[in-house]
Amino acid sequence: MSKLSGLGGRLYRGETSVNFIGRRRRWYTLSAVFVLLSIGALALQGLHLGIEFKGGSSFTVTTQNPSVTQARAAVAEAGVPGEAIIQVLGDNKVRVQTGALETAQNNAVQDALAAKFSVAVASIDTQIIGPSWGKEITRKALYGLLGFLLVVMIYLAMALEPKMAFAAIVAVVHDVFITVGIYALVGFDVTPATIIGFLTILGYSLYDTVVVFDKVRENTKSITSSSTKTYSQAVNLAVNQTIVRSTNTSIVALLPVASILFVGAGLLGAGTLKDLSLALFIGLIVGTYSSIFIAPPVLAQLREKEPAMMALSKRVNARGGVSTEASSTPAAAINGRGPRNQPKRKGRK
Amino acid sequence: MSTTNKPIKSSSRPARTLAILALVLVAMASLVFIQGATSVRLGLDLRGGTSVTLQPRIAPGDEGKVTSEAIDQAVSIIRQRVNSLGVAESEVAAQGSGTNRQIVISVPGDTGRRVVELVGQTAELRFRQVLASASGIPAAADAAATPAAGVSAEINAKFAALDCTKPENLQGTGADSPTDTLVACDRAGGTKYILAPAEVLGRQISKAAAGLDTQAGSNWFVSLTFNGEGTSAFGALTTRVTSLPEPTNQVAIVLDGLVVSAPRITEAIPSGNAQITGSFTQLEAQDLANVLKYGALPLAFDRGEVQQVSPTLGADQLNAGLLAGALGLLLVVIFTLLYYRALGFVTVGSLAIAGGMLYLLFLLLGEWIGFTLTLAGIAGAIVAIGVTADSFIVYFERVRDEMREGRTLRTAAETGWVRARRTILVADFVSLIAAVLLYVFSVGGVRGFAFTLGLTTLIDLIIIFWFTKPALVLVSRSKFFNSGHPLSGFSSKSLGMSVAKEA
Repeated sequence: MSKLSGLGGRLYRGETSVNFIGRRRRWYTLSAVFVLLSIGALALQGLHLGIEFKGGSSFTVTTQNPSVTQARAAVAEAGVPGEAIIQVLGDNKVRVQTGALETAQNNAVQDALAAKFSVAVASIDTQIIGPSWGKEITRKALYGLLGFLLVVMIYLAMALEPKMAFAAIVAVVHDVFITVGIYALVGFDVTPATIIGFLTILGYSLYDTVVVFDKVRENTKSITSSSTKTYSQAVNLAVNQTIVRSTNTSIVALLPVASILFVGAGLLGAGTLKDLSLALFIGLIVGTYSSIFIAPPVLAQLREKEPAMMALSKRVNARGGVSTEASSTPAAAINGRGPRNQPKRKGRK
Repeated sequence: MSTTNKPIKSSSRPARTLAILALVLVAMASLVFIQGATSVRLGLDLRGGTSVTLQPRIAPGDEGKVTSEAIDQAVSIIRQRVNSLGVAESEVAAQGSGTNRQIVISVPGDTGRRVVELVGQTAELRFRQVLASASGIPAAADAAATPAAGVSAEINAKFAALDCTKPENLQGTGADSPTDTLVACDRAGGTKYILAPAEVLGRQISKAAAGLDTQAGSNWFVSLTFNGEGTSAFGALTTRVTSLPEPTNQVAIVLDGLVVSAPRITEAIPSGNAQITGSFTQLEAQDLANVLKYGALPLAFDRGEVQQVSPTLGADQLNAGLLAGALGLLLVVIFTLLYYRALGFVTVGSLAIAGGMLYLLFLLLGEWIGFTLTLAGIAGAIVAIGVTADSFIVYFERVRDEMREGRTLRTAAETGWVRARRTILVADFVSLIAAVLLYVFSVGGVRGFAFTLGLTTLIDLIIIFWFTKPALVLVSRSKFFNSGHPLSGFSSKSLGMSVAKEA
């Protein structure tokens, strides 16, 4: 751990520096591939929606050594139309999922299962979802998503900078896209809890991005008054300075989520805990990636287009510095500069 | 580089801030004690029970007609039905806003099918002629000997036996068929009636309002307007009954199988405009007008979601949630202690206090606003461990940065705070926005997740301002931390400063 802490010191002083900004094409390409894969998976396979979105009934019987055959026989006796999905969860639960049923049919399935497995009807956990329920949830989730993006964009534009807000939102949209893509690709069940997980990722992913951007803002406060660094270089330093922090906050955020996932999937087999934490788990990893590799380069690119920053780049280049603009610059040139050109970071406030 | 730094308050008094926080916690604890909130209210998914979420089904073209009052009326009808089950802590509540609200019914324990059946039917408003009426208690044998004319013996026997003082007879079921003769109580249980088949239906009302008759003093009345169909039906009904003897000249307004009002018809009303007068109070008149308005648009509900959780699964879920929380907390504590060494204890202390505060708030909110902890809520609290610990990391890393600039721990704890505070405030505010929007835009159990997430974000702010920061300032004055002890988390080696010299 102290090695990592030592690294933090070197990163802070800019002695060890990873060129996040200069190599942005590499990250963009990587993300583009993932986003394209996500779109492909969504288009070809689609999301595996839970019964909450399609309407239907779900019955879970808790009993010793349940078998799918027994459950299937019970469902057949109840005379339920259509194909039922029957799964054994953990070592003592069996779950039967059917299409939308009438109240009487639901009761019949409960009775048949109770008789077949010799359990009380009241001990069968039942979930009945109306056909329009999913639409309602989806509609609300979409409103929530749009409302969130709008409010956060306005807030970040005020609290930080407008371009930072834009870059942060680009990163967040990227996160949600890839996370949803992974769901389509792997075929995980999407339930309302998953949707909540997706929406929560937004807040989380932004937490990391805010930490990085706040440092960027500090490092670039009076950047145009000197000619030591270009905007991109200042952003790169900020990312390097905060990378230990981002990594730590992500690990600390992931640990509880991982434990929910572990307990939820291991002990309960399925349900709210598993669905929620799986979405968070995947989203957090993608979010950490984007707050380092996507949001800062996008910001740097946006700001470098400003006349003041272009003038700054010119001045810095004239002084013999190497611009990080465009990936044609070998990254090693920047790494090799070491502390010589960044002695005490006079540009800081 | 520190030329533009804000002046650092040298007057910060960490011990006093900590004392205030301690006082707040003690105050909360005593409040819990006074209120007698001994345990956190658990949601049905943690203790077993049935919850039904109903969605108003609005016919196309009727979108504008569903009013907030109509939904309130529906909620009170359903509440009346659910209360008749006599299960303690049953709840009927509307979630969401305006006319796009869901009605959530939660009944603990094993009443599963009855709840689902009870709340499923649509309550309709109907006008029926009164055939007989009597006081609400069961009639004595001799009174039953005078049966109402034109009514079957079966109905008469049912009428005689009906006891309107029993709560189960004051529940609506929605099962009253409009074509049958009906035996029913009034809402208060004081009178019972035999009622003829329905002749006018609620949806034939076009308008209803409560008004004050200023000429005749302060008499409240309810005015009522029927549509074309309703006008002729109501005209025919009133023309026929107005000359009949008591009580057959009364027309009962029946909602959900209960008589709301049974006004006497004093004249034939062929115009479709009627007034119900009597010794109404303002409240009674408005209540009746609301019933009539609701009747004009019988709201049908779709069962959005029905969830029946057995107590076994509830206990399993509770245990799993608690286990996941303990495990998550343990992992975070181990990580912070490994990484931040002794400084990690400040984090552990902060998490412990945050946890304690959250528990007290759960207890208090359970008393005050009926907050119930669901599985999703537990998940939100666990996820929040990460958010809370994140703020400490932001602060601690900032302090370490300041020390890398060559400051002493003592100064760094203050200068680092000034900068970390901003970051934490912005980041926490974003979390808070997320939580609020999640809460507004989610339905059912997952709302609990958003609620606890928002609550813990607020607690995080309190803790970092009132505990973590003063605690760090306090320990920064101790020799152990200031001397850069290898285990303090602030040694020059762990800051990477000695490495720098070697490089």
